[in-house]
Amino acid sequence: MDTVYSHYAWLIPIFPLGAFLILAAAGRGMRTAGSVTAMAASLASLVLSVLVLLERLNGRAAEYNASFDWIATRGFQLSIGYDVTNLTALMLAMVSLISFLVSMYSAGYMKNDDRITVFYAYISLFTFSMLGLVLADNLLMLYMFWELVGVCSFLLIGFWYTKPAAKAAAKKAFLVTRVGDVGLLIAVLMLFWYMPEHELSFSAIQNVFNEGQSGLIAQGITTAIALLIFTGAIGKSGQFPLHVWLPDAMEGPTPISALIHAATMVAAGVFLIARTYSIFEASAAAMETVAFIGAFTALFAASIAMVQKDLKRILAYSTISQLGFMMLALGAGSLTGGIFHLLTHAFFKALLFLGAGSVIHAVHTQNIHEMGGLGQRMRITAWTFGIGALALAGVPPLSGFWSKDAILAAVLDEGHPLLFAAGLAASLLTALYMSRLFFLVFGGKSGAKTGAKTGSRKVLESPLVMTVPLVVLAVPAALLGLVELPWEGWGKLGSWLLGSTYSPQHDSSAVVMIMSTAVAALGLYIGWLVYGKGMISRTAAAARLPWLVNVLENKYYIDELYRYCIVRPVLGIGTLLVLFDRYIVGGAVRLAGGLAVLAGKAGTRMQNGQVQTYGLLTAAGLVILIVAVAGRRFW
Amino acid sequence: MLPSYLMLAAILFCIGLYGALTKRNAVIVLISIELMLNAVNLNLVAFAKYGALPSLTGQVFTLFTISVAAAEVAVGIAILIALFRLKGTVQADEFDEMRR
Repeated sequence: MDTVYSHYAWLIPIFPLGAFLILAAAGRGMRTAGSVTAMAASLASLVLSVLVLLERLNGRAAEYNASFDWIATRGFQLSIGYDVTNLTALMLAMVSLISFLVSMYSAGYMKNDDRITVFYAYISLFTFSMLGLVLADNLLMLYMFWELVGVCSFLLIGFWYTKPAAKAAAKKAFLVTRVGDVGLLIAVLMLFWYMPEHELSFSAIQNVFNEGQSGLIAQGITTAIALLIFTGAIGKSGQFPLHVWLPDAMEGPTPISALIHAATMVAAGVFLIARTYSIFEASAAAMETVAFIGAFTALFAASIAMVQKDLKRILAYSTISQLGFMMLALGAGSLTGGIFHLLTHAFFKALLFLGAGSVIHAVHTQNIHEMGGLGQRMRITAWTFGIGALALAGVPPLSGFWSKDAILAAVLDEGHPLLFAAGLAASLLTALYMSRLFFLVFGGKSGAKTGAKTGSRKVLESPLVMTVPLVVLAVPAALLGLVELPWEGWGKLGSWLLGSTYSPQHDSSAVVMIMSTAVAALGLYIGWLVYGKGMISRTAAAARLPWLVNVLENKYYIDELYRYCIVRPVLGIGTLLVLFDRYIVGGAVRLAGGLAVLAGKAGTRMQNGQVQTYGLLTAAGLVILIVAVAGRRFW
Repeated sequence: MLPSYLMLAAILFCIGLYGALTKRNAVIVLISIELMLNAVNLNLVAFAKYGALPSLTGQVFTLFTISVAAAEVAVGIAILIALFRLKGTVQADEFDEMRR
């Protein structure tokens, strides 16, 4: 079937780019018109990407690729182009939809900010970069957009740059993700080196690494490339060793946390692995690493989320944990599971963050112990947040249940009981911390604790421009799971992504479904007992296991570890280098300058207006000249 | 013979140079300059008589130099008198206008 809209897919990122240019030119002016411009641009992208997606949905449209040579030299050429495949079409629609909803929501959330136009400019730039990243047809181009989204993330985390915490968080995010980016860069260079004809496009990579041809590139090299790509994904997606930046990134405005740090950019790592999946499939070791890191991160971050007090940080750790689930799925060989969870997570986590933003907007605090009883005051927020929380906790038939179930079933089928257990435990913790969060924020008597912080000011529901995105997001958060059900003939997403051979049927589907439902219900029930009904004391666990709570509250001391093992030594080396620069290099420079000044001063003293002195100097110069010339013969 | 003449001229020149560079009295400085000039004249005459190509030209040249030197001394003395009128002294180290 002929493609119509795919030909115009390159326009999708162009709209937000145009909006960015207009808004950047406007500076701080155009307060209302600016937000409208950004919204219109993302709406245009949304419409076009939905058209592209619909065109692809009927399953017969050919994959579309268009590119032109950027640099062509002897032996290799670099092209710029875009790929429209099922995966990219899906990501385009998801990114532009969430971007549009967040733009709309920000009009309410950021209404009183002086730099709202700048904010929208950054959002537009980010949307452009993210859409470009999705569309890119070769790895180098993807890398460029990868860095661009990193820059946007940096700018937006540090948006309130007068807050020292925001500044520090922006720097931290930039530096920590850079560690991963270096890995990705090395991977790109290695691919460039080892690929036949230095081809970097995804289709060529797929061809080379597909089964049967894996002999082209040695096994060790393949594993190294896959692991380096995964390093990039670890940095961007906040996986275990490099996760520390994501919770701190919550210093940025909440809509940004929803857009960048929950739904789109952090999922770029998962997308990258999905895009280069053939490399991972060619290396069993790399797959194992991805699965183990993912499972560990899922459990690790969920346990930290149990005890955090900051509303947004809990959601941030939850995001890390869910990204771990996606990695686990990819590592277990279930591309569908990873992408499926990416998709559902994008919607329910964006919903949760926007709901959290609505709460913060109303009560002006982020500490969940200072909230409570908001359910009656903010009905729309509470309902939609509840849907998001249940979806995240994995309660059937909401979207999160199906995607998490697909992951767990795939893991068990692959024969990793340990990873399966870790995933199940993480699910239990997820249900537990979400019910804790929900009951502490929305449950309880109205105004029981809010009065302490907010005084007599009435807590009101957020304006319509903020609640509409919540309601819109609640729909896919609830229903999106239905695109992929674990029965024969119902795995529509998988067969659409992978081709007709795909079967969603796992041997252990029924068992897994029952277990994960039971675990989610158990978690929610315990959470309700503790935080909703108060039957179990909240401090019971803290009293029994003070050291455990302490370790969790301090996030396993990872930040401290990094501070003492990496940050301090690097700063020390930096100080040493500064001293070297100041005293050795700078000293040499000052010495040269000082000598010239001294010579000048001596010269000034000689110029005393006395003809006889001049004459004496001339005579001395003549003698030196004669000695120099006549003395040459002696050496 | 030539080295003796040249030696005498060199000694004369050095005495003149020493006087010109060290003496504070401007008149003595002028006299020292004459001394240096005459050392040169001595050289010219010596080379004209005992040089590789003896010629009368050197001696004629010396006569010219002596007369030019006389004119030069006249001009120098005139400047010195003008300076003396201006400053009231002939001490050479008082004349440091070149610094300004």
